[in-house]
Amino acid sequence: MRDFSYIDILLALLWAARWTLLLSLVAFICGGIAGFGLMLLRISPLRPLRYASRGVAEIIQGTPLLIQFLLAFFGLSILGLELRPWASATLALTMFTSAFLSDIWRGSVESIPVGQWEAARAMSFNYFQQLGLVILPQAVRRSIAPTVGFLAQVIKGTSLASAIGFVELARSATNITNVTFEPFFVYLVTAVIYFAICFPISAFSRRLEKSLAY
Amino acid sequence: MTYRFQFQVIWDNWPLLLEGVWLTLQLSVGATVLGLMVGMVGALCRISGSRVLRSLATVYVEAIRNTPFLVQLLFIFFGISSLGPSLGNEQAALLALTINFGAYATEIMRAGIESISPGQIEAGKSLGLNRLKIFRLVVLKPAIANIYPALIGQIVLLMLLSSVVSQISAEELTFMGNFLRSRTFRDFEIFSAVAVLYILLTLLFKLTAQLLHRRLFQFTRYL
Repeated sequence: MRDFSYIDILLALLWAARWTLLLSLVAFICGGIAGFGLMLLRISPLRPLRYASRGVAEIIQGTPLLIQFLLAFFGLSILGLELRPWASATLALTMFTSAFLSDIWRGSVESIPVGQWEAARAMSFNYFQQLGLVILPQAVRRSIAPTVGFLAQVIKGTSLASAIGFVELARSATNITNVTFEPFFVYLVTAVIYFAICFPISAFSRRLEKSLAY
Repeated sequence: MTYRFQFQVIWDNWPLLLEGVWLTLQLSVGATVLGLMVGMVGALCRISGSRVLRSLATVYVEAIRNTPFLVQLLFIFFGISSLGPSLGNEQAALLALTINFGAYATEIMRAGIESISPGQIEAGKSLGLNRLKIFRLVVLKPAIANIYPALIGQIVLLMLLSSVVSQISAEELTFMGNFLRSRTFRDFEIFSAVAVLYILLTLLFKLTAQLLHRRLFQFTRYL
């Protein structure tokens, strides 16, 4: 049996952080794609589509992320699916991300003055041309800063995947604590690692917000 | 393969789930009240003339907002306790939620105070109000009216975040769900019932906020 030095702990935590980053990245990309689709439904001219998509987003935003993880891990077995922790974690975090991103992007689209839609229609563009050529290019600019800011939320959200046994940064911190009995040091270093990942992202988002402001 | 839903387990155990709801409510309301006080002090530090206070408040806000709540909670519950003062799990949960919400409240309240134009304060002075009255009536009340929606959104997030304290065995709603799951193996039924309860809590918070808004901020109609 060997003892863990502080350096060992630090290296083990840094090594575990790769799973945090990987999970965030995958969930952010998949959630971005799903969120874009959800956003299109939420601004759709068809009322039933708007209501249905809004309902989905409200349900996801009205329940804790932890419950979504637990449902994706334990609950899906009723479909005969026995998902591994990483698969459930990706699924839950993707759904969570898509709901929030669709909300952010819907807000950006709706902040574009109605006159822009009308002008595009006056050019005899069809709905998708109005959206794709006139509205979205302007909305993207407004949505960049909050989207980047939300990435930090996703990274923090991955920590809850530890509850279903996905070994990322927070879970390894607990595992290492159980071996070393150094909770103060281990959790402090863990917090510092999360901070080192999230703070530059938040700071960048704030800078974007200023530089892209109209 | 077909699955037979058995929601009977929810009816059999509803007192346990309600107990969980009760602790979730207590923790959320407690952390809201305490966190708003922390946020008040934090916001005053952020806009104060003293550089030290300003940087202290900034460090607090950034440290909390850029680390996961779970790690903050584990640090407080296991880390701090390992050094000396030992905290019960519900106390640690309330403390962690308060510190977390306090940081977000600091930022929101700072934005609110900065939304009051200096002309308002000058107008207050010219009416002969003293400093405390100016702060309370001219700055604070309209400031809270301005940030009310943001604050309510954050309080709902706090309530949802309180589910995380199940990880240190504080017996709130999510903990009760997990407990029932491990005893009955009715995973889907239990967690969907818990999800529905959270949605109802979210609606309850939003509805209460709307009713309060009508009572508290009647004056905004004249602004």
